[in-house]
Amino acid sequence: MLARVRDYFAQAGVLEVDTPVLSPAGATDPALQSFQTRYHGPGLAHGSSLYLQTSPEFPMKRLLAAGSGSIYQICKVFRDGESGRRHNPEFTLLEWYRVGFDHFDLMDDVETLLRSVLEGLVPLESVDHWCYRDLFIESAGVDPFNASVDELRGCLQSHAIDPPVGLSPDDNDGWLDLLMTHIIEPRLGPGLVFIRDYPASQAALARLRPGTPPVAARFEAYLNGVELANGYHELTDAAEQGLRFEQDNAQRVAQGLEPVVVDTRLLAALASGLPNCAGVALGIDRLLMVAAGSNSLASVIAFPLNDA
Amino acid sequence: MATYSTNEFRGGLKIMLDGDPCSIIENEFVKPGKGQAFNRVRIRNLKTGRVIERTFKSGETVEGADVLDIELQYLYNDGEFWHFMDTNSFEQHAADATAVGDAAKWLKEQDVCEVTLWNGTPLAVTPPNFVVLKVTDTDPGVRGDTSSGGGKPATLETGAVVRVPLFVEIGETLKIDTRPGEYVARAKE
Repeated sequence: MLARVRDYFAQAGVLEVDTPVLSPAGATDPALQSFQTRYHGPGLAHGSSLYLQTSPEFPMKRLLAAGSGSIYQICKVFRDGESGRRHNPEFTLLEWYRVGFDHFDLMDDVETLLRSVLEGLVPLESVDHWCYRDLFIESAGVDPFNASVDELRGCLQSHAIDPPVGLSPDDNDGWLDLLMTHIIEPRLGPGLVFIRDYPASQAALARLRPGTPPVAARFEAYLNGVELANGYHELTDAAEQGLRFEQDNAQRVAQGLEPVVVDTRLLAALASGLPNCAGVALGIDRLLMVAAGSNSLASVIAFPLNDA
Repeated sequence: MATYSTNEFRGGLKIMLDGDPCSIIENEFVKPGKGQAFNRVRIRNLKTGRVIERTFKSGETVEGADVLDIELQYLYNDGEFWHFMDTNSFEQHAADATAVGDAAKWLKEQDVCEVTLWNGTPLAVTPPNFVVLKVTDTDPGVRGDTSSGGGKPATLETGAVVRVPLFVEIGETLKIDTRPGEYVARAKE
């Protein structure tokens, strides 16, 4: 499978790169927990804290800003706290960036890549495109951009799902995430489904598209109901990116989590000019899982956490 | 009582939920591409036996339930309560009809049962997998019949009614598997 991926990008003229797994800065997203380790050695006799990457996004964007052109990488990433049927705390990510693409071009690219990688393994039955809002209205009968938390709770109850333990009524995105995992995802069905135009509050590192309300130029790809990839039309505004990092850290502190050291080298690279580009990260283990017709990562990871 | 975070959830863990003691059957970690992680948990309410599904925000903590499974010897029924004894400490426990439930029809004095205690009070009683009970009533036996095919109902000393082969007579003792509630063999006693 990796050979097919490399073939695809070789033919598309996308350069394979390799960036550090360890960095003094990390991902600020409150829903992502980084592993940390200590470095002791020349220049740092008393040691210094390093994060294991949750994705290679920041160094890859620094390469893009330095003029690399379109690039891809296949690497191990690490996410603390994530273990289950479809999660393992270390997994293999395929991440790529296409200069000059927006997220619509990139969704087409994801589809073409998947067709070429899955050929002869599993048929790609259908390809559907949904806007986040339309999908919620269609599948759950609720407008995610206007519904109050009470209405979201009512929607869960109408689907016979008891209100969750520990979710604050102020956490609007948390309630939307819950509808996504409990109502929307189980109804996605077979084939490749793209969901785009996420709420602005869930933009992460995507740029916003003006509108009422503005939406994030972000998409997720699901294959046979399994979340496979997350992509953005990348935010290039350094000031806006710095602000989002600060907001993330403020939210982390409010949730009792450690703030994360912000990647100032990324911000400097954005300030120097990130070309217009779109990028996406795709879980290779999950792709293997779907290709193998399995429902559990343990069947495609040789040694998952409890056997590592 | 201890508290448990969702990271400690596993099959068999006993927790308090809505004031009732519960046992976790299955725990699944779910997370949309980006965003909040949740634990979807299938839970058995140990008081009602009902299985429900609940979702916890990952990292939440819940109170543990003081639930203990111990082996106790059944002593007698006083009409209202079934009395059990810990053969090591000689401590006695009285279980009501709700706790004993269907196990009542298999309980014979001196048999050892698994009793689930919640805060020291019996919550559920599991009879031994196999019990040996005397037949108190059944139609007359048919000589020469083998155990295959047919059968007839027989009432046992505890009041339970099971299907037995035609050759079984009143007064005989039988080995019964309490899980399906089926006749296994005649017992030598």
